[in-house]
Amino acid sequence: MKIKSQKDFFAGLMFAVVGVAFAWGATTYSVGSGARMGPGYFPLMLGILMALIGLAVMFTGLTVETEDGEKVGKWAWKQVVFIIGANLAFGVLLGGLPSIGVPAMGMIIAIYALVIIASLAGNEFEFRKVLAVATVLAVGSYIAFIWALKLQIQVWPTFITG
Amino acid sequence: MDLINNLSLGFGVAFTFTNLLYCLIGCILGTLIGVLPGIGPVATIAMLLPATYALPPVSALIMLAGIYYGAQYGGSTTAILVNLPGESSSVVTVIDGYQMARKGRAGPALAAAGLGSFFAGCVGTLILAAFAPPLTELAFKFGPAEYFSLMVLGLIGAVVLASGSLLKAIAMIVLGLLLGLVGTDVNSGVARFSFDIPELTDGIGFVVIAMGVFGYGEIIANLSRPEEEREVFTAKVSGLFPTAEDFKRMTPAVLRGTALGAALGILPGGGALLAAFAAYTIEKKTRLHPGEVPFGKGNIRGVASPESANNAGAQTSFIPLLTLGIPPNAVMALMVGAMTIHNIQPGPQVMTSNPELFWGLIASMWIGNAMLIILNLPLIGMWIKLLSVPYKFLFPAIVLFCAIGVYSTNNNTFDVWMVGIFGFVGYAFFKLGCEPAPLLLGFILGPMMEENLRRALLLSRGDWIVFVSRPISAGLLAAALLLLVIVLLPAVKSKREEAFVED
Repeated sequence: MKIKSQKDFFAGLMFAVVGVAFAWGATTYSVGSGARMGPGYFPLMLGILMALIGLAVMFTGLTVETEDGEKVGKWAWKQVVFIIGANLAFGVLLGGLPSIGVPAMGMIIAIYALVIIASLAGNEFEFRKVLAVATVLAVGSYIAFIWALKLQIQVWPTFITG
Repeated sequence: MDLINNLSLGFGVAFTFTNLLYCLIGCILGTLIGVLPGIGPVATIAMLLPATYALPPVSALIMLAGIYYGAQYGGSTTAILVNLPGESSSVVTVIDGYQMARKGRAGPALAAAGLGSFFAGCVGTLILAAFAPPLTELAFKFGPAEYFSLMVLGLIGAVVLASGSLLKAIAMIVLGLLLGLVGTDVNSGVARFSFDIPELTDGIGFVVIAMGVFGYGEIIANLSRPEEEREVFTAKVSGLFPTAEDFKRMTPAVLRGTALGAALGILPGGGALLAAFAAYTIEKKTRLHPGEVPFGKGNIRGVASPESANNAGAQTSFIPLLTLGIPPNAVMALMVGAMTIHNIQPGPQVMTSNPELFWGLIASMWIGNAMLIILNLPLIGMWIKLLSVPYKFLFPAIVLFCAIGVYSTNNNTFDVWMVGIFGFVGYAFFKLGCEPAPLLLGFILGPMMEENLRRALLLSRGDWIVFVSRPISAGLLAAALLLLVIVLLPAVKSKREEAFVED
């Protein structure tokens, strides 16, 4: 059988799988009855509903004719890795990760790391311009978040401030 | 008269120095993100939610509201000058607005959008002030069954608004409802779907989902597209004022757009985007006057009407939020989040328990609209300059603001890991052609729906008939069903597809 719309087929598959997972998870809690609903009742109903809709979406993906096959196309892994990586690096540097022995480095260093890593996701990368952007953002964030909004964020690394 | 008394109370609150300042900040920020393509009010409000902890509740809500309607003004500037919708609700403005700019009539197009929005904003605010009290009265008659049915209607409404497949949109709502259930069940104390992770027993953070899916997901999607040649009309926009002929054409269009937008904004699931689409479709149906430019070639009515409609819709979509406590769209869902942060339970009691907040917010909208018309017409040059900032400098800043915003909600790095996951999920939605807005709405309504379903069935001893035997509840469900049937009718279905193809 040929898939007529890849987008619909895989979206339907995703909904069906996640729906089944939620419904299956819900059965581990007490379900109860309509008048006395347990914690599993509503999620079980929704999970089944979503799995059914997922199957229907898959079915349309197999049957309804589309012009170009609605291909999902190439995944932009480079962008995914660098944007999400920048975010993770920011979290690790800002709060530290005791389990792997990274001390908290504070906001300023985390901002530089985030901007540099995130910029790698773009089409061109000029280190000096990126550094300039990072500096502007670091100064701006200090003024906006620490000075004006007084958010409780560690600014400098632990080993400097003690 | 009550209305006058209430409004004077509201203006008293709104006209303090702090609140005027926050209103101005909100409007400037709103215009800014409206002008910049690739970042919308949902992501911005999510980003600023944590920052409003420190503010008094009235000022916080005034600022956040300003961002929402400010974005409607800013979005049109980008639509007209760059041929890109700066905001999703400006999608249809692109069609005629950009054509006008190419013919050297960018000025009148901008003025038509601005003046139309201003008029619609004022009318929308008045409707909000006039209709909120009687609706609140009605809301007090609502029991759990009515609330449940109302939420069903709201979610079905949201589906009608989503572009693309109906089935997928419904599935996204259900997924949102399910994600909303993660965490401790209030009735039994059981931690559901938390995988023994302590942070998850509090549920998934709303900001986390909003930022991940709307912030990171969209950045990745934007970056993966090949860079298009953008033709920006940054040259001096001359002759801002429309001619007498333009005025004659746009006045009825503005009136039609305002009426339609205000009506659609009140509907659950409605709001700015749907209003703009509907207004443009109606405008296209009307007969062209002799000598008038056809639609799609730079007709001023094609700018004035949808722009008025989206602003009117933006204002009136506050009605269901403020009177019933039910958010009609994703931005209003965020406003629920903002109110809960400040310990205000959204719902009919807000008007009686926090009258200064309720009327202050409404009054600030009128002031905000007045500020926006000044910000957007005489100062247009400033925003045009902003359009020449390349995206490569912009997106690291957006990534940073998302990360800081997420971290500062709970001062917890766990949220930063979660937003990474949802960023990927958001990109997957984009690849699979699933619209994320209904998910966010479902997420907010999930716990509320379960609670009301539970109560309704407890009161009726498990009898589902209660949803159709109570007249208001039955009426709401019938309306939901009617909406579904209308959308599925072959004639409407093809029209709907046609309308969404144009973007």
